[in-house]
Amino acid sequence: MPTRTPGTNPAPRRRALAAPALPGAGPSRRAVLAGGVTAAASAWLLTACDAGHTARDAVAAAPPGSVTLALTAPPANLDFTTTSGAAIPQALMGNVYQGLVAVNDDGELVPALASAWSVDESGTRYTFELQKGVRFSNGDEFTSATVKFSLERVNSDAWTNGLKAGMAVLERVETPDPLVAVAVLKRPSQAWLRSLATLIGAMFTPSAVTGLKGAAVGTGPFEVTSWKTGQSLALTRRADYWGEPAASPQVTLRYYADNTTAVNALRGGAVDAVVGLASPELVTPFEKNADYRITQGTSTGEVVLSMNNQAAPFDDVRVRRAVMYGVDSAGVMATAYDARGTLIGAPVPPTSPYYEDLNGAYPYDPARATALLKEAGVYGSTVIFSVPDLPYAVAASQAVASDLTKVGLTVKITVQEFPAVWLQEVLTTHNYQMSVIGHVEPDDLLTLLSSGYYLGYDGARVASIAARADAGSTEEFVAGMREVVRTAIVEDAAADTLFLLPALSLMRASLQGLPVNSPTTALNLSRVVKA
Amino acid sequence: MSGLWRGIALAVARTSLTLFLASVLIFVLLRLVPGDPAQVALGVDATPEAVAATRERFGLDRPLLVQYGEWMGGLLTGRFGESFVSGQDMSAIILDRTNVTLWLVIPSVVLALLVATVLGTWAALRRGQLDGFLITVGSQLLMAVPGFLAGVLLVLLFSLALGWLPPSGWVVPNDAFGPFLARLVLPVLALTAVQAAILTRYVRSAVLDVSGADFLREARAKGLSRSEAMVRHGLRNAAVPVLTVAGVQLSSLLVGAVVIESVFDIPGVGSLLVEAVGQRDMVTIQGIVMVLVAFTVLVNLALDLIQAVVDPRLRVVGAEA
Repeated sequence: MPTRTPGTNPAPRRRALAAPALPGAGPSRRAVLAGGVTAAASAWLLTACDAGHTARDAVAAAPPGSVTLALTAPPANLDFTTTSGAAIPQALMGNVYQGLVAVNDDGELVPALASAWSVDESGTRYTFELQKGVRFSNGDEFTSATVKFSLERVNSDAWTNGLKAGMAVLERVETPDPLVAVAVLKRPSQAWLRSLATLIGAMFTPSAVTGLKGAAVGTGPFEVTSWKTGQSLALTRRADYWGEPAASPQVTLRYYADNTTAVNALRGGAVDAVVGLASPELVTPFEKNADYRITQGTSTGEVVLSMNNQAAPFDDVRVRRAVMYGVDSAGVMATAYDARGTLIGAPVPPTSPYYEDLNGAYPYDPARATALLKEAGVYGSTVIFSVPDLPYAVAASQAVASDLTKVGLTVKITVQEFPAVWLQEVLTTHNYQMSVIGHVEPDDLLTLLSSGYYLGYDGARVASIAARADAGSTEEFVAGMREVVRTAIVEDAAADTLFLLPALSLMRASLQGLPVNSPTTALNLSRVVKA
Repeated sequence: MSGLWRGIALAVARTSLTLFLASVLIFVLLRLVPGDPAQVALGVDATPEAVAATRERFGLDRPLLVQYGEWMGGLLTGRFGESFVSGQDMSAIILDRTNVTLWLVIPSVVLALLVATVLGTWAALRRGQLDGFLITVGSQLLMAVPGFLAGVLLVLLFSLALGWLPPSGWVVPNDAFGPFLARLVLPVLALTAVQAAILTRYVRSAVLDVSGADFLREARAKGLSRSEAMVRHGLRNAAVPVLTVAGVQLSSLLVGAVVIESVFDIPGVGSLLVEAVGQRDMVTIQGIVMVLVAFTVLVNLALDLIQAVVDPRLRVVGAEA
């Protein structure tokens, strides 16, 4: 082993000593070293000149008029049948994959691959008339057999996404005609039809369901022409699309890990818009700049302050009510999201058919909160607040803690890594007292309120109401679901809904056609175009 | 010649042992960290049955020894394995992303060494003078600036205010070398600034160490000027500790550049690692860590060789050992 003590000995005085030639006149050590370094460097340069090819996006090769959008949450892969989260359906639903029905920007159900549908008197037989001349991007034909394959496959083991539960009510699909599909349900269900507009209603062709993680074959206006994991996704307009062709020849989604970097890319001209900005303070400097436009719509992301209904002190409804009175939701939204959200009072977004304004149910009333805490005998006690390390959640938790400390509940914040640690501690093992997270899946109210979910709410209290609502007419469904909300959220104070995350986008003023609201997780890109 | 072969054999054995220990360590540690890859993949709506099914599909339900053996078998044939999350074979991706980061790190460390050698020597020679003092204070200040802040400030100035360079992004060098270089300048500058500041202080103290040495006085007595003596004899002696630090920086920057990668949206290996850790994508994490360990071992080996050339005393001792 060489010793490396920088000594005070004199350095060699003669050059010959510094680089002694080996006996037998071989190359000097210095030459060997120089040769080695050169060889290593050239070997590296051979591959290095191609560095980054696995992340190369398709922007440079895009046809004129193409649009590039910056997003901040990359999909882990392209397969939403086995991977959850909003990022995959955001990019693919409506653009690549389509369902029989869709939801428009106002949250209304509209035709998609089904041109019309009807339901029989029993409420269990839905007849769908299918669009003619629809082909998948690989050339496969779309028929009633495709519908049968796709919908029944959701109930098989091939699907592991938790949302598949929405399809459990389906018994079978009948195919009386290639252009007519009949779905037979086990019992009437209003929610089922609506869920067909979400990812569980996506149509797949049997020849392309292997390798879904890396390739997506659908009936939509775009096809995936380039996918670089975590980096970019290029959607190219299909010439053979059955409906109105997409407005742009190509839309590339670029994923940025950092919101500031994404906004700088917009200012530098590398992208045309930043969609779904998670750092609302970044848009403020653009408010008075005519070159840019800011749109703020509603999303399906309810930020829920959860209180473990099964664990002290929140197993006492008085304590949960105290929190709902004691937390100033408007103040929390101002702190956590620059006041750019919507106060909703319950985990139901305004685009939902059964939304009603429940902000008045628990007005901010610190005195009442204190009284309730004293009545429950927990005034002055301490609770642990397990907060995922997401910027809005951490900011919200500080505002909540400050509010609650004022009314007599000391809050200790522990920040947990999201998703891995938070999912394990809070969601799976319920090892928590209080937490906060945005629930982004559309129509997730009944998931939140189900027994065994991490909120710890006794789902039996609303299960029968929800079942009756689901089996009834559209009006009965709306009325029933509102009763569910009033029972669980207003009466039982199952959880405090702090606010609804905004769908916040910043774009060049010349960009048109980007949807404002996100009533489902899908981001419809078919009308996006540079003016 | 047998000494040389023995040396090579020793180096190979040492490298293999290091890699083996690292593989066991990372494999075991990853399984002790809380967080289940299947749970992460399935998210907030997952049922316990779905999580169990996904664990089975990922192969996480098998005995640890079997999992380790399979991973090792793959590694020995040059395959890192398929990512749980993306389903892709990670071998090409990990090596490619490492190459991207090397484009940032190697020029930064080389530039930092050059800058630091000049400034550090200057600061040492001018100790007690205003300019020497200013260099010392300046390097101390720069060391305290976090890399990402340097990056953000550079973007604000050169991209957004002056419009000289693109603010972020990566272009494959073979695709378009000009745009590639244009995007490389700011991140490399951001990395260089901080690294040069650190190295300047090492160079300064190393030069101060040797400047009082007898051999320098002797060199002066021979008739060399002060700067000639310093350049021909002093720097060579000062180089040993500085090179050691630069080698450590080179290895640690490979992951440490992640913040700069994020600021400049560069698809480097650090970003890939952070992403994989977030998703508990064990195949990817393990693969990257092995590449990093191998790189560090190689850098140290190269450093030993370079130092043997720079400082003959080391190779005399080395040969006798």
